[in-house]
Amino acid sequence: MNITLNGNAREYPDKLSASELLCSLGLADKRLALEVNQEIVPRSTFDSYIINSGDQVEIVHAIGGG
Amino acid sequence: MSTVMQAPVHATTDPLLIAGIEYRSRLLVGTGKYKDMDETRAATEASGAEIVTVAIRRTNIGQNPGEPSLLEVISPDKYTLLPNTAGCYTAGDAVRTCRLARELLDGHELVKLEVLGDEKTLFPDIVQTIEATEILVKDGFKVMVYTNDDPIIAKRFEDMGCVAVMPLAAPIGSGLGIRNPHNIMTIVENASVPILVDAGVGTASDAAIAMELGCDGVLMNTAIAGAQDPVLMASSMKKGIEAGREAFRAGRIPRKRFASASSPLDGTFF
Repeated sequence: MNITLNGNAREYPDKLSASELLCSLGLADKRLALEVNQEIVPRSTFDSYIINSGDQVEIVHAIGGG
Repeated sequence: MSTVMQAPVHATTDPLLIAGIEYRSRLLVGTGKYKDMDETRAATEASGAEIVTVAIRRTNIGQNPGEPSLLEVISPDKYTLLPNTAGCYTAGDAVRTCRLARELLDGHELVKLEVLGDEKTLFPDIVQTIEATEILVKDGFKVMVYTNDDPIIAKRFEDMGCVAVMPLAAPIGSGLGIRNPHNIMTIVENASVPILVDAGVGTASDAAIAMELGCDGVLMNTAIAGAQDPVLMASSMKKGIEAGREAFRAGRIPRKRFASASSPLDGTFF
């Protein structure tokens, strides 16, 4: 399936969970927040949350800012 | 007769109270524009700040996964983090950013709301800021709002439930200092929530002036991070804030046009 990840098109196998996606990106243990189609995905649901074809996925973190 | 000395006035506690939490430091700092994480850490420590702003941005996918993250340097256990909505030009983007920040920081509700009008001035878009404030306050956020130096609008934000109102001193990053001290003073006099100058400070005397006007605190980033020696400037800002606050509390003398001798005129022998 195709998803849009942080603005870029990406190809992933079907039935991908949020946890699996983050693991594949090396971000499993990072402090971040996940949004799919502009809805927050709570961290507690990462294991069961399934990402679907066409989803707009945003992964954000805190950086320096004023 | 007791020999116990009275505690000097400046030793009494004078905490900054925001959303029910007491802070000792009245200097709030940003974490942008530093050359690296070590400088961020050192300057933040030297500032004595307890409330520290951070921005929320996309994680770089596939780039340097091992690089140190800001929250390892600016630990949420040590500092009160203040996620901002910098870069947002619409109420919708600002609300979305705050919700992501709350998830990122485990339910943290204190946010710095800024909705910008244009890139040249970075002045706030007040219409969009009001729209975002309504949604965020209803959604349980504790909103510290960046606004212009308009006393009417500042009061409006207070009435809407913002926990602090933060008028600009001058454009963000400009270092021009307090451009409209009379408006800042009017905002302070009208307010029953903390008023913090946010943006435009250039050096320690600017910070002191903000505090002498009666502001409850100052939030700054570029003035420290952009200085030739950011750590030294952070230390000077800490002192400027403290000096200005003490001067405000002490009550300055009125300005007069002509002289008034400091030494008594009685007892002169000439």
